[in-house]
Amino acid sequence: MSRMSRYLEIGSSPHVTSGASVDVIMRNVVYALLPVCAFAIYSFGAAAALVLVTATLSCVATEQVLCRLLSRPSTVGDWSVTITGILYGLTLPPDLPLWMVAVGGVFAVAVGKFLFGGLGSNAFNPALVGRAFLQAAFPQAMTHWAAPLGDARFMDLPQSTLALPFVEPGYDAVTTATPLALMKFEGIQAANQELMYGLTAGSTGETCAVLIALGGLYLVARNMMNWRTPISILTTVAILTLLMNWLEPGDYPRPAFMLFSGGLMLGAVYMATDMVASPITNAGCWLYGALIGLLVVVIRFWGGMPEGVMYAILLANAVSPHIDRLIQPRVFGTRGGKT
Amino acid sequence: MNQPPTTDEFVKGLWRDNPVFVQVLGMCPALAVSNTAINALAMGLATSFVLLMSGISVSLLRRFIPREARIVCYICIIASFVTVVDYAIAAISLELYRSLGAFIALIVVNCLILGRAEAFASKNTVGRSVLDALGMGVGFTVALLSIGIVREILGSNSLFGIALFPDGFQTWTVMVLPSGGFFAMALWLLVVNRIKERQALKEPAQ
Repeated sequence: MSRMSRYLEIGSSPHVTSGASVDVIMRNVVYALLPVCAFAIYSFGAAAALVLVTATLSCVATEQVLCRLLSRPSTVGDWSVTITGILYGLTLPPDLPLWMVAVGGVFAVAVGKFLFGGLGSNAFNPALVGRAFLQAAFPQAMTHWAAPLGDARFMDLPQSTLALPFVEPGYDAVTTATPLALMKFEGIQAANQELMYGLTAGSTGETCAVLIALGGLYLVARNMMNWRTPISILTTVAILTLLMNWLEPGDYPRPAFMLFSGGLMLGAVYMATDMVASPITNAGCWLYGALIGLLVVVIRFWGGMPEGVMYAILLANAVSPHIDRLIQPRVFGTRGGKT
Repeated sequence: MNQPPTTDEFVKGLWRDNPVFVQVLGMCPALAVSNTAINALAMGLATSFVLLMSGISVSLLRRFIPREARIVCYICIIASFVTVVDYAIAAISLELYRSLGAFIALIVVNCLILGRAEAFASKNTVGRSVLDALGMGVGFTVALLSIGIVREILGSNSLFGIALFPDGFQTWTVMVLPSGGFFAMALWLLVVNRIKERQALKEPAQ
């Protein structure tokens, strides 16, 4: 650098940067996710730890191998694939067989990221692409939920975790339904405290709404995340739920249940805000968030499945380039209108 | 115009100009009815038969079909042979007929058949057209079969309806769904293009 500075430097803008390059932001997202991971391991035990480790390792290894195959410089060092791996692990059921975790991780990075051209070009959130593939490939295993805070969770592994590759996993007797499934099929709503503190069944990282929101606040405070997207999603869901409750009292869950159950908090804070697959402008983020919120409510209330955050975000990812085309910022120095 | 038939007319459809993996024609049946090996084989054979018979007919009639109305004539010829195939499959196996469903009738609009009639049979002798149709038909059948085998093994744990792995094989539901067709197709395209790339790299060195 010192040798370079003796010459007149010629480069295109921006000339002043905040110093927050990809790896700095991504490392901070990892910090924000650590409490969520810790709680996942506390709640679901050794199985969740193995799922998270396998998910991260399979994603990182795929990135490394693909970079080498394409003779590109390795992009493992910028932490983005680590985020993908951790987020992907957090969306999986805790007792999913590890070979399925690895299959989805390879799929997430190879198809969700590299097929589109690598970091910065992925049309969809790679972590959710991996999960969506598993959901389509192994629907039974992906809807099998271990009970949280089991007695022997640190000592014993569930039988299914270590199932051999290509072998159908067997399950121990202990299994529960997620709060959303209970609501949808039996009309039972979990209490707010249980949902906020994460005492319910669900994907490894989606249960504790408070920790997820705190991690999000940290990122917003460091100005590393556009807060408009999650706020827009959560507000839309709350307003639509209130509206349905007002129209037909008693038929629909209360807004707090909708906000804190399932993958909504995790999806709104960490998945929908994927910097590549979400719109660029602030107004676009509001619209994008409202679309996700609307889709979540529609799928949860009237769809066949209890949870729809994953599909809502993937669909909105597909729309986001069009949102960018629709909402373009005024060119500096013009008077708005057509340019 | 009246060159003698060569083996190249037959061979090119197998690999170099494979209808599915290189020309990417006839995607509708290749993706829709390749969920089992049996379905894929039946669709491949049915299409090959129509391809062969329409190739012969178009080639024989090529001096009588007016240029302005040629597409209509091709479609009429193809449709008559598809009707034959339709009744034949229904007579051979009603089960197969039901699982192929509308896709038998849709052979009429398979652009592979119309494409060969337009691009080859209408300009060449019967002998060359027969070889071309046979090559394309075999190439199409092999391609469909290779997609169908992957999908059936992973998605249903069987091959040609015979169960494969007895103790608790985890089936990949997605491979039986329509999206599985795209995944299997993409895998084979990856393999084929990789081999073709290698061949292209080697050729200048010779």
